[in-house]
Amino acid sequence: MSIPTPQYRLSAIRNHDVYEPAEDTFLLIDAIEKDIKELRERNPKIVLEIGCGSGVVSTFVNQALGGNVTSLATDLNPHALECTLETARLNDIKIDVVRTDLETGFDHLQGKVDVLIFNPPYVPTEEEPTTNIERCYAGGRTGRSTLDRLLPRIPDLLAPGGVFYLVALHQNDIPALLAHSSALSSSIAMQRRCGIEHL
Amino acid sequence: MKLLTHNFMSSRFLKGVNEGYPLRLHVTKMENRDVEFNAEFVKNIMSKCDYGALRTACESINEASKLPANLPDDLSEHDDILRELHRVLFCIEVIEGELECPDTGRRFPIHDSIPNLLVEDNE
Repeated sequence: MSIPTPQYRLSAIRNHDVYEPAEDTFLLIDAIEKDIKELRERNPKIVLEIGCGSGVVSTFVNQALGGNVTSLATDLNPHALECTLETARLNDIKIDVVRTDLETGFDHLQGKVDVLIFNPPYVPTEEEPTTNIERCYAGGRTGRSTLDRLLPRIPDLLAPGGVFYLVALHQNDIPALLAHSSALSSSIAMQRRCGIEHL
Repeated sequence: MKLLTHNFMSSRFLKGVNEGYPLRLHVTKMENRDVEFNAEFVKNIMSKCDYGALRTACESINEASKLPANLPDDLSEHDDILRELHRVLFCIEVIEGELECPDTGRRFPIHDSIPNLLVEDNE
């Protein structure tokens, strides 16, 4: 059975420099939907999305897991957090949001996150980002400057049996990402070509 | 912000802070939301929570009167305690207030239910 994509208000997103749901967002949703039976069987309690943007992915996951899960989300951009709360409200679910860098301040979530989601700024760029919109996509020279700060902290953050969904671009060096931690087993859940992007 | 979320946060990221936990909670506006009670889910989520920190947070907003000093080992047998835990973890919504680092006194605002933990580079 197909799970509906959450409702969201594009006007609010566009007016506030928040990353608009796009091909990468929908690829992430589709990959999670494909795994949903297995995810439900793991009986997750805590879902954390880092960089929640519009909140569409967190909302989707909360709904797909039947609501019996606690959803937490972070973003640097205050408008993204407001958007996420609005998207959650529109879909009649609850997400608790915190303004912070990545998962800074959530020390006491270590070993407790059952589903971790990150759609990072993955586009290789000459310069580091300076505006809200640039921070949504600009990933520095490798496209991984934000991701590389988070990666070492992933194994500690996940609960036993926890899963981590990450969106990356072919140019981000997928083999290196898959091999980054011996504590985790990794695979490509789904891939798709979208225009010039191979996600 | 729910008290469940508060339970997971610390100010250890501040320079010179080793513990930073639990953050002191100051509330100027809060609401009670209706959330469906699920005993099994409350019991499961408590396995991820620090009860001492939760009780301290509840005391600071005068919501701890029905919480025992310590949780019984056979928590599943105590429906009244599970319901009270459900209420404080999921129904209380902090709308406006502050989180305070217990070590340095640095305060982080909570506005429109959103705590802001961002600090300057030199903090």
